[in-house]
Amino acid sequence: MNVNQQPHMASPYGQPQPGYQGYPQPGYGGGHVPSGYPAQYAPYNGPGSAYQQGPPQGMRGPPTSGAPPVSGAQSYSQFGQGETQNGPPPMGAPPQRPPVSQTYTPGAVNLSGPQPPFSQQFGAPPVSMQQMTNQMASMQVGSTAPSPAGPGYAPPSVSQAAMSAPYTPAAPPSFPPTSAAPSQPPPTEAVARPPPQSYYGAPPPAQQPFPNAVPPFSSTGPTQPQAPPPVSPQSFPQAPPVSQPPFSTAQVPPGPTQSYGGPLPPTQPSFSRPLLPTSQPSTFPAGPPPTSTPSQLPGVMQPQPPVSQPSPYHSGPHPTSTGFPPQVGAPPRPPFAGMQGPPMAPQGPPLASQGPPMVQANHVPPTQPGMPPGPISASMSGPPPQPGMQGYPPQQNGAFGQVRGPQPGYTGPYPGQPNYGAPPAAPAPAPPATKRLDPDSVPSPIQVIEDDKANKGSEPFTTGVRGQAPPLVTTKFQVKDQGNASPRYIRCTAYNMPCNSDMAKQSQVPLAAVIKPLAPLPPDETPPYLVDHGESGPIRCNRCKAYMCPYMQFIEGGRRFQCGFCSCVTEVPPHYFQHLDHTGKRVDCYDRPELSMGSYEFMATVDYCKNNKIPQPPAFIFLIDVSYNAVKNGMVGIVCQELKTLLDYLPRENPDVESNIRVGFVTYNKVLHFYNVKASLAQPQMMVVSDVADMFVPLLDGFLVNVSESRVVIESLLDQIPEMFADTRETETVFGPVIQAGLEALKAADCAGKLFVFHSSLPIAEAPGKLKNREDKKLVGTDKEKSLFQPQVSFYNTLAKECVVQGCCVDLFLFPNQYVDVATLGVVPTSTGGSIYKYTYFQASSDQERFLNDLRRDVQKPMGFDAVMRVRTSTGIRATDFFGSFYMSNTTDVELAGLDCDKTVTVEFRHDDKLSEETGALMQCAVLYTSCSGQRRLRIHNMAVNCCSQLADLYRNCETDTVINFFAKYAYRSVLSSPIKNVRDSLVNQCAQILACYRKNCASPSSAGQLILPECMKLLPVYLNCVLKSDVLQPGADISLDDRAYLRQLVSTMDVSESHVFFYPRLLPLQKLDVESISLPVAVRDSEERLSRGGVYLLENGLNIFLWVGVNAQQELLQNIFGTPAFGQIDPNMTSLPALDNPFSKRLREIIESVRAQRSRYMKLMVVKQEDKLELIFKHFLVEDKSNNGGASYVDFLCHMHKEIRQLLS
Amino acid sequence: MATFQEFIQQNEDRDGVRFSWNVWPSSRLEATRMVVPVASLFTPLKERPDLPPIQYEPVLCSRATCRAVLNPLCQVDYRAKLWACNFCYQRNQFPPTYAGISEVNQPAELLPQFSTIEYVVQRGPQMPLNFLYVVDTCMEDDDLQALKESLQMSLSLLPPTALVGLITFGRMVQVHELGCEGISKSYVFRGTKDLSAKQLQEMLGLTKPAAAQAGRGPQQPQVPPSNRFLQPVQKIDMNLTDLLGELQRDPWPVTQGKRPLRSLGVALSIAVGLLECTFPNTGARIMAFIGGPATQGPGMVVGDELKTPIRSWHDIEKDNAKFMKKATKHYEALANRAAANGHIIDIYACALDQTGLLEMKCCTNHTGGYMVMADSFNTSLFKQTFQRVFTKDEQGSFKMAFAGTLEIKTSREIKISGAIGPCVSLNAKGPCVSENEIGTGGTSQWKICGLDPNTTLAFYFEVVNQHNAPIPQGGRGAIQYVTQYQHSSGQRRIRVTTVARNWADAQTQIQSIAASFDQEAAAILMARLAIYRAETEEGPDVLRWLDRQLIRLFMFHLRRSPFLQVFNNSPDESTYYRHQFMRQDLTQSLIMVQPILYAYSFNGPPEPVLLDSSSILPDRILLMDTFFQIVIYHGETVSQWRKAGYQDMPEYENFRHLLQAPVDDAQELLHTRFPMPRYIDTEHGGSQARFLLSKVNPSQTHNNMYAWGQESGAPILTDDVSLQVFMDHLKKLAVSSAA
Repeated sequence: MNVNQQPHMASPYGQPQPGYQGYPQPGYGGGHVPSGYPAQYAPYNGPGSAYQQGPPQGMRGPPTSGAPPVSGAQSYSQFGQGETQNGPPPMGAPPQRPPVSQTYTPGAVNLSGPQPPFSQQFGAPPVSMQQMTNQMASMQVGSTAPSPAGPGYAPPSVSQAAMSAPYTPAAPPSFPPTSAAPSQPPPTEAVARPPPQSYYGAPPPAQQPFPNAVPPFSSTGPTQPQAPPPVSPQSFPQAPPVSQPPFSTAQVPPGPTQSYGGPLPPTQPSFSRPLLPTSQPSTFPAGPPPTSTPSQLPGVMQPQPPVSQPSPYHSGPHPTSTGFPPQVGAPPRPPFAGMQGPPMAPQGPPLASQGPPMVQANHVPPTQPGMPPGPISASMSGPPPQPGMQGYPPQQNGAFGQVRGPQPGYTGPYPGQPNYGAPPAAPAPAPPATKRLDPDSVPSPIQVIEDDKANKGSEPFTTGVRGQAPPLVTTKFQVKDQGNASPRYIRCTAYNMPCNSDMAKQSQVPLAAVIKPLAPLPPDETPPYLVDHGESGPIRCNRCKAYMCPYMQFIEGGRRFQCGFCSCVTEVPPHYFQHLDHTGKRVDCYDRPELSMGSYEFMATVDYCKNNKIPQPPAFIFLIDVSYNAVKNGMVGIVCQELKTLLDYLPRENPDVESNIRVGFVTYNKVLHFYNVKASLAQPQMMVVSDVADMFVPLLDGFLVNVSESRVVIESLLDQIPEMFADTRETETVFGPVIQAGLEALKAADCAGKLFVFHSSLPIAEAPGKLKNREDKKLVGTDKEKSLFQPQVSFYNTLAKECVVQGCCVDLFLFPNQYVDVATLGVVPTSTGGSIYKYTYFQASSDQERFLNDLRRDVQKPMGFDAVMRVRTSTGIRATDFFGSFYMSNTTDVELAGLDCDKTVTVEFRHDDKLSEETGALMQCAVLYTSCSGQRRLRIHNMAVNCCSQLADLYRNCETDTVINFFAKYAYRSVLSSPIKNVRDSLVNQCAQILACYRKNCASPSSAGQLILPECMKLLPVYLNCVLKSDVLQPGADISLDDRAYLRQLVSTMDVSESHVFFYPRLLPLQKLDVESISLPVAVRDSEERLSRGGVYLLENGLNIFLWVGVNAQQELLQNIFGTPAFGQIDPNMTSLPALDNPFSKRLREIIESVRAQRSRYMKLMVVKQEDKLELIFKHFLVEDKSNNGGASYVDFLCHMHKEIRQLLS
Repeated sequence: MATFQEFIQQNEDRDGVRFSWNVWPSSRLEATRMVVPVASLFTPLKERPDLPPIQYEPVLCSRATCRAVLNPLCQVDYRAKLWACNFCYQRNQFPPTYAGISEVNQPAELLPQFSTIEYVVQRGPQMPLNFLYVVDTCMEDDDLQALKESLQMSLSLLPPTALVGLITFGRMVQVHELGCEGISKSYVFRGTKDLSAKQLQEMLGLTKPAAAQAGRGPQQPQVPPSNRFLQPVQKIDMNLTDLLGELQRDPWPVTQGKRPLRSLGVALSIAVGLLECTFPNTGARIMAFIGGPATQGPGMVVGDELKTPIRSWHDIEKDNAKFMKKATKHYEALANRAAANGHIIDIYACALDQTGLLEMKCCTNHTGGYMVMADSFNTSLFKQTFQRVFTKDEQGSFKMAFAGTLEIKTSREIKISGAIGPCVSLNAKGPCVSENEIGTGGTSQWKICGLDPNTTLAFYFEVVNQHNAPIPQGGRGAIQYVTQYQHSSGQRRIRVTTVARNWADAQTQIQSIAASFDQEAAAILMARLAIYRAETEEGPDVLRWLDRQLIRLFMFHLRRSPFLQVFNNSPDESTYYRHQFMRQDLTQSLIMVQPILYAYSFNGPPEPVLLDSSSILPDRILLMDTFFQIVIYHGETVSQWRKAGYQDMPEYENFRHLLQAPVDDAQELLHTRFPMPRYIDTEHGGSQARFLLSKVNPSQTHNNMYAWGQESGAPILTDDVSLQVFMDHLKKLAVSSAA
């Protein structure tokens, strides 16, 4: 596949280049680079600027005159979309199937190939494709989008016409035609309707509209590539789109139109939109408008819109996304405009006018290149008549939809694709088809992220509004606690829960919350207040024991309160009594955090303590492997050296006071060495315990000590440990007894605590928990594969249970040179709330920094001990499943021996009754823990979400990132019990069901061949694909079993932002770095196509940072970064960048530091030179591409998903 | 020939041997009729400053089953350079080194005055001495401090090349690695789990000393093998002193109402195991200092609940001592392991309550170790006793010997029934082993891991000559004791004692046999036998047996002694007394059975008086030596004088002298006695006077005191019968035929 794809990819680029001007070229062709870059930049920047730039639009105003064309362009796009969407459906239906299979790979692949021939013919179509995408995007954005697409597309025919028009005639004309196409307008309207549906729910739509607008551009873009004429059209379209977005938003109300409107209204709306945009967004949010709008619009549009619109939206996403990428550029557009300006220039005045949009166009063009294929498909689908249209279909239908119409002609394209081509056979068409789905035409994560930043990043997020989805995790925002927990603590998959289980089952959308109880807050947010209810302890509901919270309703003048969870009425204790005001609120409501805040803490009384005894301050025990390997690789020396200073930074609650945490030290190989470091001793005492079969702690007094009191002895000890074992020849180690030792020590001291185990090898020495090497790669891919993730002995499960009872959290630092069976060693850490750190082939020189930073953070991070977490919910739903690093002895209490600020628990809810729309669904997460100073506390997080009886509301208020977090954890746990193939299949299946349900119940009717995605979930396919192709679920040959087990366990505690970047790494183009600005360059999508040979990119996924250097990177850039202008002189082994005295270098290092600071683990920097062998590793993280393991590319997967959905629908 | 009295004395002085009969009845039948068997008390290492060891090895009889040592009783053919073994009559060639032998040039071993002779074995490596301290840390700080000081002091008494090791225990057992720089290391073991020597070896990371294999070469300079746990004193003196100084009381909390958890059983096991795998068959002392009973793990003798007291005789009789059997078994196993390797276990038990000596007695009794019982480590009793362990002789060598084996050869007419004393059987069957076992029998060789000049064993023989095979007139029966041991200098030595006694036909020469009876020796021999049986059988039966067997005054005291009477003694005390009795020589044993009582008064010089209540007079000071206690008892009047302070007045200087006299005598006794006796200075009516009152013959009691009048003596409040009554009964029994 890869091979095929790549070539194709290449070809598309190459081909397009000529036609498209460089866009593609930029990426590949070195020469083009300049232009290319701009182009790329343009897209990104473009969007930004576009968005931001009110003025530009204003500027556009003038273009507006040109507007008509613009509108036309839009219309095109819309049409195109519509067509594609429509097209595919119709087309697809019959033919699709066959193609389907083909569709995947072929779709994309072929596209490129065929392009040349088709391009001409289809030239237009491609555009349409883009448009489609754009629309899609718009759809999403506008929420309305979805619907519009459908209808819009209906017109596809029109669009096709348009398409064709653009091609043959001057772009402008073409546009007009499109616009002219009466159909178009209607579609737009129609579109409008649908959009309302999808969008209404979410205010975001408003934002989206912008993107939509952009898409149009992109769509236009496509046209551009086709020819000079197209250029102009493009420009136009772009312009409109740009304007549109705003407009769209504005129109949105008319909304649906947006997406649609984009197209249709373009002309008209375009104007209006610009004005409205901002306001619109807000309007959109309002549920009602949508409906109304739809109705309104429908009136006119209905016929057309319905069909095309919906589809477009949904499908739109893809297109939009594709479009979006450009759109993304949109903001930047202006710059791009400038950038691209030149290229565009040729295209024509229109461009100039729309300059900015053009920028997008530029992007578009590139997309277009891709588009050609797309168009093909599109043409396939809706446009059947119009070959060009097919371009679109390819996207969605890819293989599918198009089949029909396009088939004849298009089939070619597919065929073009090796696989698919076959059936259609139409070789000729194939070539033209080159209809590989344009990556730019599919929903772009980057676009979504940037949009969210633009729309939600500026104002604080207040938590008071029930059912409001927070900004994405990638957006920097401030939170104001107004009664619900901050999204930093709790994120839900759905902020509108289905009222009953039928709906929930139907939609298959997981209902889950990702809870990070001790999440750190940025300095500008207040940590939870500590509330003390006195000796009787926190006030709680008598029945369900929920803690006092804003959902408790005070009645009878304040003498009683009714529980919001179970409705039980409880007396208010006298000391807590307060009068109510006229609204029924307690007078002291705002004086008491527990009555007005989402998150706060209670002081726990002795009743909440183990054995009814105030807990002792916790202890940290360091257990260091001193076997041959550990000594030789330098670990022992480093740990001992570091501990000397690190011990001054033990967690403490009050910075002025010394930490209460006591420390103890153990070293071990085959036997254990305990150390007595009592302050009164002249020298440390070492106590060897060789009887590992029956572990015990040989001393009590002097093992756990206060650092400041025993400092001298401790330092003496830490100095001596490396010396003592410098000549060791002991290679065998034990592991079980090590943890037992720590556990026994804590037991003896009667306190909770944490063990830091530094371990190097598989524990093969005779002892409990002894392991054998069971590394057997032959099992991979078989039904027995799951056993590789299961512990090989049950010893550690039992041990983990004991640890939890004692509150003994275990953090494991591994330094393996070979298989160590992480799956088994990790049992205790993952059951006790601990972490695993793994430094394979540890070398002091290169890994020291990473290890030390991890260690420092791990030791210093705030944490609670001996924690129990309980999630209470409204009657009607119930927390049924929990994912994370903890132990559960019953079905409700999550027991965490240790809970640090990075640990996340994902909770799944299920209905056991009906929920009411009025009260919504409430959840309260209470964590009882011992603070690092030994105080027993309760941290309460409250969360209220809406309940809905309409599926559309559900889909409008989802958070894809959270859903993915849940899916990943679910799947990663399932591999323990099911064959991986089943796990993957069920994931795909569930995802398909979610989307199909949406399509069936929420999207306006459209041809079955259209892929329609809910706005909030338009990234679901791409992210899901990332999960599916992750190392755990689809391992490559080069990944070790240990790594997989490690990753599996790692993901189980990730919060949403970590899982997001882990599955979809952040890729920053450094050549676009503005050293003056504090903002980062806009990320690019994780695809090799996005990399420029002349660029330098930074990729991070939360575990690693890669600095990818293109072979043709500018010398100045290299000089700035590496201090050498020569590519060849860059040392690929460097782990940190040289500190050079130039602004770029400084800024870059700052960025790297800040990126590292965001992550819970220190990320080692790897420099990857293009075409170096290390690049393979790097490419693994380009998750939109096909992976070496056989993981599908984004586009292919999308096609596959579409196929699945269609199967479900049919 | 001198009197038998002199003969006996001479024999004892020269050979350390005392026989119950010095003329033996010549047939088995007659011998059994004698009631008291032919037996000997033998002190293998009787101090003989006049006997320099000879620097060559003994000449052995070449018969494989005999291997007797050339001795003055052998017939020698000087011309043929042949000698005839007097046990098996094998004729042997002298070795080449004896080429110059002649009637005027006899080697020492042929001279009659060298019936006891000591050889130094030149072969083999010079083995180091090992001292392994096993120290309890569950004790009061004062005690621990005193103990630490004693131990530190002891380091200076050890020869510089001796290897020392340290094991401490409380709840855990710590084996300390010695000679570590900068950090002190120890291996810790849980006190509840026993370990085999092999496990221990692995856990301590010990491999058999390479020297064991490599070192057999003839004169290869032997570096004394050492390891991380046993190192030469000279090397780790300072280190160990510091280590001892830093010893802390066992840090594990002991809650109210509990005993500290003391892992004595495992600690000893580890000590034994450590030596077993590092220095097998090399002289070594495990010196255990314990401050209380083992309360956990194998060898525990009492639970940690204070509310359950440690077993008493009452419990034992009721079979209510639930830990006893198991613990005894554990310690027995340890004792046998230690004995098999020639290692000694000493137990210094210092606690007010019992510490489980009863269970642990095997450890000392089988290995020839010391058992010392005191109330606290912070008493002079312990301190002095411990110091006395390291007493040296004129040559500067310790008065202790290690890893000894004792073999007995006999003439054909007599066989060995067994031995009673601090030894274990080596299970060497042979022609001279009787089927009739008395004590540790069934063998002609015993292992005596620890010996000192006082160590005395009782050997019982059986005359096997049949009545119808008379022994020719003038025939003599011979017995040879061959004791091999490791001298404290590290040399291996062999001491050979060969003795002979005349045979006599009991029917014709009954007079001479009767005259040769050694009353004292016989008493002690019978007492040992009685105690041995008491240890293995039920108490009352032993008394009955004794009553049937014995007809002498002496037994009156024996019957009343703590060796047989457990009333008023804890099991530990009984054990301790019996332990001492079983290893002390005749003189000391006599004192133990029948304490000596001296009277001091203005009436004359100090005089021994009857151990009778009638000896307790107001104007006397009594000094009683029971071996275990030395009691100075001031009579009523003397006591009043003393209280009045007359001794401080110059005009009553004579009174001061009177007071001082017994004290001086007591000091003299204290200085020579090992273990140090308890020194008690008391007076009429004093609480400690009970020690005296319980020993004397209760000739006056509250029952009869009025009948005897009040002019003398002090009544004893007891229901025990007095000697008078005992004798009356005895006479009646002796003349009746029922016995």
